[in-house]
Amino acid sequence: MRARREGAIHVALGALIVVITFPVFYALIVSTLSFEQAYEYPPRLLPGTELQANVTEAWERVNMGRLFFVTGVISVGTALVKIVLSLMAAFAYTHFRFPGRALLFPLTMVTQMLPLPVRILPTYELMADFHWINTYWALMFPYFASTTGILLFRQFFLTVPRDLPDAARMDGAGPVRYFFDVLVPLSRTNIAALFVIEFVFMWSEYLWPLVITTTEEMRVVQIGLKMLIATDQIAPAWNVIMAGTVMTMLPPLAVLLFFRKSFAEGIAMQTQK
Amino acid sequence: MANAADQERFPGHPLLPYVLVLPSVAVIGVFLVVPFLQSVQDSFYASTAFGTNTIYVGLRNYERVLASSDYRDSALATLLLSSFVIVVGLALSLAIAQLLNQKIRGQGFYQVAFIWTYALAPSVAGAIWALMFAPATGFVPFVVAELFDDYVLNWMTNGDLALLVVSVAAAWKMLGYNIVFFLAGLQNIPEEFVQAAKVDGAGPWRTFRDITFPMLSPTTTFLLFVNTIYAFFQIFGLIDIMTRGGPGNATNILIYKLYRDAFLYLDAGAASAQSIIIFVVIAVAGTIQLRFATRKAIYAR
Repeated sequence: MRARREGAIHVALGALIVVITFPVFYALIVSTLSFEQAYEYPPRLLPGTELQANVTEAWERVNMGRLFFVTGVISVGTALVKIVLSLMAAFAYTHFRFPGRALLFPLTMVTQMLPLPVRILPTYELMADFHWINTYWALMFPYFASTTGILLFRQFFLTVPRDLPDAARMDGAGPVRYFFDVLVPLSRTNIAALFVIEFVFMWSEYLWPLVITTTEEMRVVQIGLKMLIATDQIAPAWNVIMAGTVMTMLPPLAVLLFFRKSFAEGIAMQTQK
Repeated sequence: MANAADQERFPGHPLLPYVLVLPSVAVIGVFLVVPFLQSVQDSFYASTAFGTNTIYVGLRNYERVLASSDYRDSALATLLLSSFVIVVGLALSLAIAQLLNQKIRGQGFYQVAFIWTYALAPSVAGAIWALMFAPATGFVPFVVAELFDDYVLNWMTNGDLALLVVSVAAAWKMLGYNIVFFLAGLQNIPEEFVQAAKVDGAGPWRTFRDITFPMLSPTTTFLLFVNTIYAFFQIFGLIDIMTRGGPGNATNILIYKLYRDAFLYLDAGAASAQSIIIFVVIAVAGTIQLRFATRKAIYAR
C-alpha cells in the first residue's frame, strides 16, 4: 500500500519533470540542427550534428565573448558588493543600539517598494549627470542596496547565541574582530545563498542595461540575445538563436547547481521565522 | 520589549554602527529615494515642445494617462498576465511542493529537477517559448494542427493567444523559485500538527485546508508579493523578446508602455505619472505582505 503510493508519486513527479523540461530539451535539440532541419515538418526531436557550427555562428554574430565578459563582471561585482554591504548593515541593526536605528531599518524595508521602474527616468538623468552612461558604474551602482541581503543576514544573526559576542568581548575582541573572525565565517551558507540570488538576478537584468548602455562594448548578454533574434525577422534562424539562448542560460545555471545546497539551506533559514 | 534585536552587544562604540550602515543608506538615498521623489515631482510637470522648459500642470498627466484607452488596455493585460502567473503558477508550484514533501526517495534528484527554471532569465524563457510556439516550425502549433484538424495556431496574429503564451512562459520560469520556497515553508510545519489532524480523522484535503495552508500563509504572502513584482516588472525582457507589446496592444503591459513612453516617445510627464501609479499598486501589495509578515512575527514571539 505504502509502496504503491510512493510509486504513484514518482510517476506524477516524473511526468511533471518531462512537461516542465520539454521546452529546454526542444531548445537543445534545435541548437544542434541545420537551418533547413529546424524548419522540417513535423519538427525533429532527434539531435543533429550542427551544434558546433551554430555555437560558433551565434558567438561571432553578437560578439558573445564580450557580452559574457561585461555581464560576468557586473554580476559577480554586484553580488559581492551587495554581500559586503548587507553583512555590514545587518551587523549594525542586530548588534548595536543607536539613535536613528528605528528610522533607518524601516527605510531599508520600504525600498522593496521602489523597484527601478518607479524611478527609471530620474535615475537615468542622474547617470547622465554623473557622465556614467555606458559605464560599469551605471550598470552596477543602482543595485548595490539589497533588502533581501540585509533581511537574510539579520535573520541569521538573530539566531546566533548571545554568549558568542559576550565571550568575544571577555577575550578582549572588539566588534570588528568579532565580525570578521566569528560572524562572517558563521555566515558562509547565507553568503553562498545570497551570491546565487544576486548573480542570477543581475545576469537576468534587461531593462536597465537596455536604456543605460548604447555601445556594443558595454552591451550585456540578454540584450545580445535580443540582437540575435532581431537580425532576421522573416525566417528566424532558430538553430543559431537557440545556440545563443543555451549559452546565455549556462552560467547562472552552473552557479545555482554549484551552490544548490547552500542556496536551499539559506532559503529554508529565511522562511523559518 | 525585550526583543533580541534591541540588545546592545558591544557597548562603547557609538560611531561604528553608523559607519556600518552608511554605504547601504547612501545607496538607498542617492539611487532610490531621491530619484523616486524626483519621479513624484516630474509627474506634475510637462515639458514644452523643445524640452527646454517644464511647466506645472497639476494632475493633468494623471488624467491624460488614465483617460487613454491604450493605458486601460495595458492595465487589463497586466492584470490578466499577473493573475495567471500568480494563480496558476502558485497553485501548480504548491501542488508540486506538496508531492516533494512526502517521504519518498530521490529527494536530491528531484530538488535539482525542479529548481533549475529559477536560473533562467525571463528573456531566455521568452526565446525558448517563442520557439515552442513559432508558427511555421514550433512544436505546439504542430501538436495543435495534428489534434485539431490542421488548425493554424498563430499567436503573432491572435492577441488573446499571444497574452496566454506570454503568461505561460512567465509562469513557467517562476516554477523553480516558487517550489523552493513552498517546499521550505512546508518543511517548517511541525509534523505533530499534521499527525494530530490525521488522528482526529481529517482527510488529506481537510488537513491541507485547515492546517497546512494556514500555517503556510507567511510563505504564500511573500511569494504573492514576489510574483506580483515579477509579473509587473521583471517580465519586461520576456515581452521585449517575444512580442514587443503586440500584436496590436495585446501584450503591451504597463512596464512596456512605460518604457516606450519614457524612452521612445520621450513623454516624461506621462511616464512619471505611470511610474507613480505603478508605485501605488506595489505599495498596497507590499503593505499587505508586510502586515502579514509582522503579524506572524508577533505570533511567533
